[in-house]
Amino acid sequence: MAAPASVEADSVIAVRGLWKVFGARPERVPADPSLAALSRRELMDATGCVAAVCGIDFAVAPGEVFVVMGLSGSGKSTLVRCLTRLVEPTAGEVVFEGEDILAADRKRLRTLRRDKFSMVFQHFGLLPHRRVIDNVAYGLEVRGARKADRWARAQEVIELVGLGGNERSYPDQLSGGMQQRVGLARALAGDPDVLFFDEPFSALDPLIRRDMQNEVIRLHHEVGKTMVFITHDLSEALKLGDRILIMRDGKAVQCGTGEELVGAPADEYVADFVHDVPRADVLTLKWIMRPPSDDDVLDGPELAPDVVVREAVRTVLEADRPVKVVRDGELLGLVDHKEILATVAGE
Amino acid sequence: MAQLALSNRISLRRPGRGVLLLAVLVVFLALWTVLRGVHTLALGAADLTSLHRALNDFNDALGASRDSNPVFLYFFNEIRLVVDEFTTFLQGLIAQPSFGRPVPVIGWLGVVALVGYISYAVASWKVALPAAIGFAFLGLQGLWQESMDTLALTLSAVIIALLFAIPLGIWAGLSDRFNRLVTPVLDLMQTMPTFVYLAPLTLIFLIGPASATIATLIYAAPPAIRFTAHGIRNAPRETVEASESLGATTGQTLVKVLLPAAKRTIVLGINQTIMAALSMVTIAALIDAPGLGKTVVKALQTLDVGTAFNAGLAIVVMAIVLDRVTSMAGLRAERERLHPRRTSTVVRRAMLVAGGVLTIVAVYLSTTYVWASEFPPDASFGPAIAQAATDVTDWVQNNLSSVTNGFKDFFTLVLIDPLQTLLTESPWWLLGALIVAVTVLVGSVRAAVVSAVCVLLLWGTGVWSDAMATLASTVVATLIVMVLGVVLGVWMGRSRMVERVLRPLLDAGQTMPAFVYLVPFLALFGASRFTAIVAAVVFAAPVAIKVVADGIQSVPPTTVEAATAAGSSTWQLITKVQLPMARHALTLATNQGLIYVLSMVVVGGLVGAGALGYDVVAGFAQGQLYGKGLAAGVAIVLLGVMLDRLTKAAAQRSQ
Repeated sequence: MAAPASVEADSVIAVRGLWKVFGARPERVPADPSLAALSRRELMDATGCVAAVCGIDFAVAPGEVFVVMGLSGSGKSTLVRCLTRLVEPTAGEVVFEGEDILAADRKRLRTLRRDKFSMVFQHFGLLPHRRVIDNVAYGLEVRGARKADRWARAQEVIELVGLGGNERSYPDQLSGGMQQRVGLARALAGDPDVLFFDEPFSALDPLIRRDMQNEVIRLHHEVGKTMVFITHDLSEALKLGDRILIMRDGKAVQCGTGEELVGAPADEYVADFVHDVPRADVLTLKWIMRPPSDDDVLDGPELAPDVVVREAVRTVLEADRPVKVVRDGELLGLVDHKEILATVAGE
Repeated sequence: MAQLALSNRISLRRPGRGVLLLAVLVVFLALWTVLRGVHTLALGAADLTSLHRALNDFNDALGASRDSNPVFLYFFNEIRLVVDEFTTFLQGLIAQPSFGRPVPVIGWLGVVALVGYISYAVASWKVALPAAIGFAFLGLQGLWQESMDTLALTLSAVIIALLFAIPLGIWAGLSDRFNRLVTPVLDLMQTMPTFVYLAPLTLIFLIGPASATIATLIYAAPPAIRFTAHGIRNAPRETVEASESLGATTGQTLVKVLLPAAKRTIVLGINQTIMAALSMVTIAALIDAPGLGKTVVKALQTLDVGTAFNAGLAIVVMAIVLDRVTSMAGLRAERERLHPRRTSTVVRRAMLVAGGVLTIVAVYLSTTYVWASEFPPDASFGPAIAQAATDVTDWVQNNLSSVTNGFKDFFTLVLIDPLQTLLTESPWWLLGALIVAVTVLVGSVRAAVVSAVCVLLLWGTGVWSDAMATLASTVVATLIVMVLGVVLGVWMGRSRMVERVLRPLLDAGQTMPAFVYLVPFLALFGASRFTAIVAAVVFAAPVAIKVVADGIQSVPPTTVEAATAAGSSTWQLITKVQLPMARHALTLATNQGLIYVLSMVVVGGLVGAGALGYDVVAGFAQGQLYGKGLAAGVAIVLLGVMLDRLTKAAAQRSQ
């Protein structure tokens, strides 16, 4: 699923043909087209290798929230680990700001990790024997920052994630949501360019999860970092993601905005996935409008094509003629009671 | 129906393993009656084979070249020298007159204060007080100097062992390749009975404290390596990833993440190392290690139960103190990791300073004044303990001998003698074939290959007959251990109350050095094979019981509920659900039981069990038997490897 060339050109991260195969002599799998074409099961039977990530391509634009979504075993966690080489990829390229990360030596990689990326983990990955402030300052500590400096910076991010007053606590004294805020603060402390999130909220209660999602949205507004977000939760993906990559068995199935996935699923699998999504919340008018026909009366109210259906409901239902979907004065289509009701009813 | 008929036919065509096993045994018995007494390879106590003489000559040659051979001159002798210096230094500190003084540097008051203070520092005052009292008790037993010798040897072995073991453990924790390399070596080292380390080491390092310390540190190092590696490998993966993702170097991740996470496991490993070292130091009395072990060995050899009991009690006290202090230190490390703020640091710091000052005063007093240096001899009630133990022994022998002897004779006549006759009077090749056949049927073909090699090598050692006598005792003791293991293990696995009562007892039983088990049974049964077997049973039963109980407890509760809901009686529940599902635990318990029993049966050579154990002991005592003792040591290793492989293969098969 190649990203459009325009996105790739000025992207922060561009991933091309990325493979991760576990097993004996893994490099033969991506190298051999006949092996690379096999399904996971067939590959397992043929070679004993497991392909976690199979030739993934995508690009992330600056400031974008890019979500990778898939069920467990789809390879999404391995994928995000390949991006920072916590897991060594088998083949492919990961280009970060024009530099191929896979070619970096250990020292360069360490510098990149210290200055450019950071990661938030599913089970937080905090150090239980250190106080919150020392957990947050850990990244600065390994860089060699002086204690006073790193504490000052840690204090700032602790306030930023709303943990002020807890800096002297130990992780096990905090609730799960607060522990993940520590993880978030730790990731922000080094002022990285890119944040990676590996299913950060799936270990949390639903209510706390919602708070944390809002927190991420708020932080994204405030600090404007590029984010790569892994999740198995479609509603989370739709809520946070500018674009979403759906993975299945290590392969990319579809990549696009939420409304593209819901409006034009690439295959049965995606369609099945998005089946229960409240379509009116995701789709915009351009997905449900119909072409004008000759017997339509064209003096109804006008709306833009990227208005979400739910926001257009009142206007459409109150108007007694079809609503015109107009961009730059050009008539794109019409929306009538029928289309609105069908979408709201989830058909 | 068709399915049933089919499976019937299959079972008809190929007889089950049980039937085959029975057939093999019948064939063996039939041949045995015909061939009894032929090719038995029996060897008198003072008889030697050419191999034994060759080993004697080898030992003499090594002895002669000790000061000229460069390998000795620049390697082994240097090691020996360093270890000896260090051990002597520690002995001089607490045990032996040294540095031109008539008494050790630190006297009893100083040592007791130090023990209390260190226990407080690493654990808590709840441990420190009993620890100090325990050490004072050693003095009251009249065994202060012996105890301090044992402690000094143990400490020196532990310190040197940890110096190597912890870095090796860290390496094994970080590197998969190294871990794969050392694991089988450690496995092998831990299946070896304490005994067998002694002989080959004396070959190189001579008889004496240096050899004892080296044997001890080799025996004691594996748990520390294993636990350190385990602790590092089990550090939470995401935390390690988090550290790496923030750009920490391997060294930073090790120091800031892995070691703190592994701290408790490492302390547990140190605990195991200390207990193993204490156990070995007492047995190393056989190669002239000073200390409590020597007192026990001497008393055992003269059948002086009273003195043996007093010294054995001192070993037990020391074992309990060392175990409590180090395991509580582990618990504290854990608590600190999870709830670091619990301890009020200000109070504790003040206590540490005050205690430190008091300890320094006590140490100063003990280096300056005789009363604080030498334990007052008139305060000793050691002789009284010995006398009481002797009185009890005499009483038992006078009044209960009909019971104890009846018991002993019954087991000897019904179980031990027939089995031993069967094994020792069979042609060696017939028995060897039986062993290989049984290994194929119960274990695997691969294990049978190991068995065959071991059988041939055992034949080569020239002590085949003694090895078979030891095997007979081992099998009898293991049978009893397994009966106990299943009965008590099932009981313990099913009842929380029994578990709560039994487990601490079993834990305590496992920390005791093998040695001290001999003493009470020597009092009851006198010097005989049976004494060694009973001691072995008591020594090995705790581990077997615990493994079986753990197996029973790991049966999923839903399965038990389902069986209960189907209307099973308790007996049906045990025999049809819990025991079959714990089959793997049973074979594992047999494996552990065998290894423990073997090591104890061999030590039983000291109390008249004869066979391989006696050969080894005699080898240390008499120059012309040295080679035979060495061969007997090798035979023990071969028996151990054979039994271990066999039961491991059986365990794998049951999985």
